[in-house]
Amino acid sequence: MGGQAVLIQLILVAAVAVVAVLLTRSTAGARHQAIRRLALMAFVVAAVLSIAFPVWLTRAANFVGVGRGTDLLLYALVIAFLSYISTSHRRMNQMSRRITLLTRELTLSEARDRRAGADGGSAGTPRT
Amino acid sequence: MQDSHADDWLVIPLYNEATVIADVVTGALDVFPNIVCVDDGSNDGSGEAARRAGATVLTHAVNLGQGAALQTGISFVCEQPGARALVTFDADGQHQVADADAMVALIASGETAIVFGSRFLDGRTKPGFMKRTILTFAVWFTKQSTGMRLTDAHNGLRAMSVDAARGVHLQQDRMAHASEIVLQLGRTGLPWREYPVHVLYTDYSRGKGQSMWNSVNILVDLFFK
Repeated sequence: MGGQAVLIQLILVAAVAVVAVLLTRSTAGARHQAIRRLALMAFVVAAVLSIAFPVWLTRAANFVGVGRGTDLLLYALVIAFLSYISTSHRRMNQMSRRITLLTRELTLSEARDRRAGADGGSAGTPRT
Repeated sequence: MQDSHADDWLVIPLYNEATVIADVVTGALDVFPNIVCVDDGSNDGSGEAARRAGATVLTHAVNLGQGAALQTGISFVCEQPGARALVTFDADGQHQVADADAMVALIASGETAIVFGSRFLDGRTKPGFMKRTILTFAVWFTKQSTGMRLTDAHNGLRAMSVDAARGVHLQQDRMAHASEIVLQLGRTGLPWREYPVHVLYTDYSRGKGQSMWNSVNILVDLFFK
């Protein structure tokens, strides 16, 4: 059991590390999206298989050194949850970045309008 | 006070400081005729108070954070024809107008382009033990991330020429902008120096100041972009 327990620990720690690194990195474009979708498809297939053949899950668990299939499922969920946090955190940041830029542009263009209005009122020049 | 400051601007990020902002603006207008307050979605009438006191007020429709307000003010000043320099100034009255005046004079004389205010170049400012510990860490952190040896990394009082200000594009909307602005000003390659300033810790500013929890948030903001 000892050597195999290390295997699942290695896998889990590596997965957590990958998620942590993804958290600190800015997102790339099409490749990231494609990988995410492929991973989702693989997840669906794996889910169906584990439902249809519960024994396979247990066998896979035993292979990486985990006693029961349900435990493996729990570990996988933890990783999936962490990566979900990572993804949504990044999305939120991008979203608030956009809101900031939008609000700033609105504020500055209001100021420009006000000044153009003041100039136009006094000097009779057309507003731009 | 040899200089008229006709082309210099005070940039004041403003969020719910209605009780003090009018005094701050009135006190500064004697020296700085151009004051822009960026009202960051205040809901206590701060913006109106600043406008009545004689400041130009820009309004964020929603609250974005001090860093975002600062950047809006900086962008605004950069758009003003003939603008020469700007000073970032706190709304809560802890900065001294005389310090800002002297810092801009250094830029006007052509001696330097960027002046960082520092509380620790002389013994006037008396922060508490906790605050001193946090600020020491901030100094170390700034040194590591920017290579600039500042004695006071998180001082909100800074003066910069408009050329330097054009190099500032803050992405950190909240408190972490203090490190970011140092980094971006450093990257302009323009000459910089520090200037000893006095920060007045009143009960009012202490009540609103950065807590230790805030410094945790700042670090997280800096790492997890």
